[in-house]
Amino acid sequence: MSAANLWDRWRETMDKTTFTNLFTPFDRDNAAPKYRALRQSGRERLGSLAWPTTRCEDWRFTSVAPIVETTFALPVKCDDLKLPAATNTLRLVFVNGRFAKALSAPIAAGLQVGSLADAGANVALLAQIAADKDNAFTAMNTSFLCDGAYVVISDGQVVEQPIEIVYLSRSTDKPIVSHPRTLIVVGKNAQATVVERYQGDGAYFTNAVTEISLAEGAVLDHVKLQQESLQAYHIANTQIVQGARSTFTSHYLSLGGALVRNEVRVRFDGEHAESTVNGLYLASGKQHMDNFTVIDHAQPNCASHELYKGILDERAHGVFNGKIFVRKDAQKTDAKQTNKVLLLSDDATINTKPQLEIFADDVKCTHGATIGQLDATQLFYLQSRGIPLDAARRLLTFAFANDVVNRVKIEAIRAELEERIVR
Amino acid sequence: MLTIHNLHAKVVGKDILRGINLDVKPGEVHAIMGPNGSGKSTLAGVLTGKEAFEVTEGEVLFEGKNLLDMDPEERAGEGVFLAFQYPVEIPGVTNNYFLRASLNAVRKYRGQTELDAAAFLKIVKEKIKILQMPEDLLKRSVNEGFSGGEKKRNEIFQMAVLEPKLCILDETDSGLDIDAMKAVADGVNALRSKDRAMIVITHYQRLLDHIVPDFVHVLSEGRIVKTGGKELALELEQHGYDPIKAGMAGIAD
Ligand SMILES: Nc1ncnc2c1ncn2[C@@H]1O[C@H](COP(=O)(O)OP(=O)(O)OP(=O)(O)O)[C@@H](O)[C@H]1O
Ligand SMILES: [Mg+2]
Repeated sequence: MSAANLWDRWRETMDKTTFTNLFTPFDRDNAAPKYRALRQSGRERLGSLAWPTTRCEDWRFTSVAPIVETTFALPVKCDDLKLPAATNTLRLVFVNGRFAKALSAPIAAGLQVGSLADAGANVALLAQIAADKDNAFTAMNTSFLCDGAYVVISDGQVVEQPIEIVYLSRSTDKPIVSHPRTLIVVGKNAQATVVERYQGDGAYFTNAVTEISLAEGAVLDHVKLQQESLQAYHIANTQIVQGARSTFTSHYLSLGGALVRNEVRVRFDGEHAESTVNGLYLASGKQHMDNFTVIDHAQPNCASHELYKGILDERAHGVFNGKIFVRKDAQKTDAKQTNKVLLLSDDATINTKPQLEIFADDVKCTHGATIGQLDATQLFYLQSRGIPLDAARRLLTFAFANDVVNRVKIEAIRAELEERIVR
Repeated sequence: MLTIHNLHAKVVGKDILRGINLDVKPGEVHAIMGPNGSGKSTLAGVLTGKEAFEVTEGEVLFEGKNLLDMDPEERAGEGVFLAFQYPVEIPGVTNNYFLRASLNAVRKYRGQTELDAAAFLKIVKEKIKILQMPEDLLKRSVNEGFSGGEKKRNEIFQMAVLEPKLCILDETDSGLDIDAMKAVADGVNALRSKDRAMIVITHYQRLLDHIVPDFVHVLSEGRIVKTGGKELALELEQHGYDPIKAGMAGIAD
């Protein structure tokens, strides 16, 4: 089925429901009129694209058929969602894609942080960073654009407190779809920490797009905690453009979802910038988790360090695809990619594919991938000290994850992860 | 406390232990010496439940209970402790975290309450002094990047914290400098009591100067071929194992 067909089908279901009642004033055409043109362009783009199939090289190991074949209903309003424990007070909460002011913490004066639906939202760079040219999911996100989060840090501003954006989803009787959109702009020599959380209950589809721009000398620490329900589909495209001497550090922690695809694309747009792209994915049952990363060394003298770790249990399926492009003029590039996978069961599978395309000659590029199991000698050592086998396994699993977890600077999140893995 | 009767064990199909008999009573210190490859570490591994070793004959009773029926963690709970010849590195788990998990697991097994961080720290501070171990080793990953001597000290430190009933030391002295040897011996001696027994595996008389044994056994080709008092260790140091092996020649197999 073509993307356009699907869109039509969804629109049809929408039109048949009490769309206007539920969505007022958010319906696609009435809500946020300022985004009408963007939505229109997204829709046109979508019309020219097809859904990716496993015949596409970049989607070889992940079939989106379960998503394409589901008829999604419109989001419903719900106010009784459980909120994750607050890690700070700068918090924006969205429920089924809509800003929930009552659940959000008031944003301190002097900060440009809020809902994209706000009249005063600073959205100059919206839809300028994420490419929808060949990405149907991103085009679809744009074609529904009317709300989401924006975080704009002014030049020279240093925001110590983490800014937390929570996207909650909840279906009632039918699966729903939401298209969270996040825009993060860090000005010259500005600094910030942003946490994105995705959680929910029931069956639903989150189609998220996050756009991040770092100006010259900007510093951003970005955490994404994907804890969707085990029936949920989660497709996310995070695109980052880094200016000269900027520093981007990310920790993408993927724990939930039935079918998950995390795309991360970093592009260097200035020299002497540095990017640390870390990820941890944990899957069990029949979860499918696809991590797709692209680091585009489009400028000389930049460094990227990528560390992805996967822990797969039961019949889980993991995918890691790591592309590194070093363009012709990107001399003195220093790129390092590491992918490690721990298989906790014989039925778990992983497909990894490093893909380095290097067109400059004076560069340092390394990549390494390992796939392993828990070490019997270590297990015995722990047992011989009284730790039961089960707990020993969990402890070693946590140890495996630890170098990614430890780099998360927010203690509450580290503790959450430890709790999840060790207990 | 520990009774080993006619113990036979195999590793990958090869007979390593070939009829061990040993009786250890509370308060006693037994030294086990013997040539490389004679089966000393195998014996320690069988006593602590290492899976690679297959017991083909014999029995082991620990305080009247069948030790061979227990999982390794149950043996630790019962009070059996092995200071490994080659301590294992566990990157990503701090020594502190590991030790607390271990102590609480053992306490739980023994029906005691688990300790909170403060109570645990108090015990640790006390024990770490006896072994003169630098405190920063607690914050590092278990044995990762530890020097040989630090690893051995860490084993005895764990032993001091867990307070087992039966301590098995597998070549804890090898790789230790003179001061470390003294610190380790002090740590071990601090644990000596009338209720606690020790099996000390070593190649050298040196350690036995500090930890004086009640019995010295010579293990050769999977059997205890000679047992004596502490003077036997000195004799071995002077003459090596050859005279004993020669004496055994007619008996073997
Ligand atoms: N996992 C194993 N696989 C194969 N052979 C083994 C294994 N473990 C032990 N062995 C063999 O069993 C025999 C006894 O080994 P063990 O480690 O018990 O000797 P040891 O008396 O402790 O020697 P050392 O003084 O060198 O420490 C050796 O021949 C050794 O190679
Ligand atoms: Mg040995």
